[in-house]
Amino acid sequence: MRKVAMVGAGMTKFVRRALETPKELSYEAAKTTLDSCGLSLDDVDCVAHGTAPDAFDGIHQNGEYMTCGSGGWNKPSMRVFVGGATGVHAIVHGWHHVASGMFDTCLVVCEEKMSSAMPHAQGFFLTIFDSITERALQPNLLWIFALEMNRYMERYGYTKEDMALAAVNNKRNGLKHPASQFADEVSVEDVINSEMLAYPVSRLDVSPVSDGAAAVLLAAEPVARRLTDKPVWLEGVGWNLDTAYWATRDLSYPRYLDKAARMAYEMAGIREPDKQIDIAEPYDPFDYKALHHMEGLQLSPRGKTVELLRDGHFGMDGNMPMCPSGGLLGVGNPIAAAGTMKVCELYWQLRGEAGERQVPGNPRLGLAQAWGDLMQVSSVVVAGI
Amino acid sequence: MEEKVKVSGGTGLSGEDIKSGKIFLMDDSLDCAYAWDTGVAINRYLSELQKGRIIATKCRKCKRVMLPPRLFCELCYVPSNHWVYVQDTGVINTYSICHVHWDASRIGENEKPYLPAVIEIDGASDGMGIMHLLGEVDPDDLKIGMRVQAVWKPENERIGSITDIKYFKPI
Repeated sequence: MRKVAMVGAGMTKFVRRALETPKELSYEAAKTTLDSCGLSLDDVDCVAHGTAPDAFDGIHQNGEYMTCGSGGWNKPSMRVFVGGATGVHAIVHGWHHVASGMFDTCLVVCEEKMSSAMPHAQGFFLTIFDSITERALQPNLLWIFALEMNRYMERYGYTKEDMALAAVNNKRNGLKHPASQFADEVSVEDVINSEMLAYPVSRLDVSPVSDGAAAVLLAAEPVARRLTDKPVWLEGVGWNLDTAYWATRDLSYPRYLDKAARMAYEMAGIREPDKQIDIAEPYDPFDYKALHHMEGLQLSPRGKTVELLRDGHFGMDGNMPMCPSGGLLGVGNPIAAAGTMKVCELYWQLRGEAGERQVPGNPRLGLAQAWGDLMQVSSVVVAGI
Repeated sequence: MEEKVKVSGGTGLSGEDIKSGKIFLMDDSLDCAYAWDTGVAINRYLSELQKGRIIATKCRKCKRVMLPPRLFCELCYVPSNHWVYVQDTGVINTYSICHVHWDASRIGENEKPYLPAVIEIDGASDGMGIMHLLGEVDPDDLKIGMRVQAVWKPENERIGSITDIKYFKPI
């Protein structure tokens, strides 16, 4: 296997409703990424393009439709789709292309436009439930999160205040991200007092609906060293998929993520992730999920994450800043693009280019993770400089 | 420290931009229809629900009593065609009190919140839960670990569906 590095990154602003079409959003992110490393589309050997359900756009075979926006026309181009985990999995997919020796460069572009779906994108997630044994109950996407959050809180005696701390942390970080769709700081009280959607989930426990795109350029070692003196290496990748029988699993612990993380650590030669990883970007569509994922990633002991968060361990000046980008809660959640935004953050943070929200102390090793489907899938990338 | 974060595009629209006609929209709707075959295992499950009973399959290899029943054990990857009845009682593994409809619209003042739950069914293996609804309970009284029992629809109203159980109520 060849060593693979990130040599460029770029993204659009994340907004509630964008003027741009999905193709235009993909183009903006991809073009900005190419410009960031002084390359043109001719320098791109292949494209990995990610977008989540076709139903959001109402366009069947959406990946093919999108190829001119993602730069994939007349090239080996493939769509990646593993639900919410798409944004990180597309990076894993691109890594395969380059590590295998087939291609010297791969442009990874992930896009989501959720605002087209009427009356609300959430409605389209109904088809994720088992068509016969669950959909007859007229479920709501929020149910699976509410059920998992309640089980997780019960297992460790966490409170709603505890969970809100993660929302406050991430949203505060996100205020410094130039692509964020938010402008206001929130307090634990704001989260607790926000509208109750599905106990224990309140409005501010949840990331927003967003439109946006993000991209990364991957290159094989010799090319990467020619392009930049600061390549950000993909040190480890991992992914895992559990069964769809979600109600028969222990919802308090994501065992598929445990497996995905260990796969990435083994490849990266990491034995003590909680000590070795400098910055963590766990997937945070809901505040509790950031904490749940920190435990699955072995970055925090089970049931001790809130204590560490309270002690500042995961703050910007702590031992392992959590979601320095602001995450989905602080920047926005255009599904596939949100995961790639986390990988972009590793690129900027490890190169020392994150500006106002730069993590101090020259972080050298970072992790990004995304999650999706019926409590089922996770993809993990470990990057280092 | 110099910021080199590259951001371009993502032009935010307001409701006013759309209402005022500044932005053109193209509306469309899809009307998709499906008729799903229920399959070997779930067909038997549904036919037993119609009779007021819950049936599971047991894996002869790992001995798990599995709900919903399945044609094969996904862990051992062998057939699981040994059928066993389980109870219509169980324990709340987790629950929610949901104030929004499937499309994120809010429930009305006179509507009761949805009470979805994962219920671990007595007689199935540990942790084998199914998603269903709770009823005949004040939401504030709900607790994880509470024992519940199925409330069945009258026999002549059962159609061979998971909804032949109206909901589970505390016992």
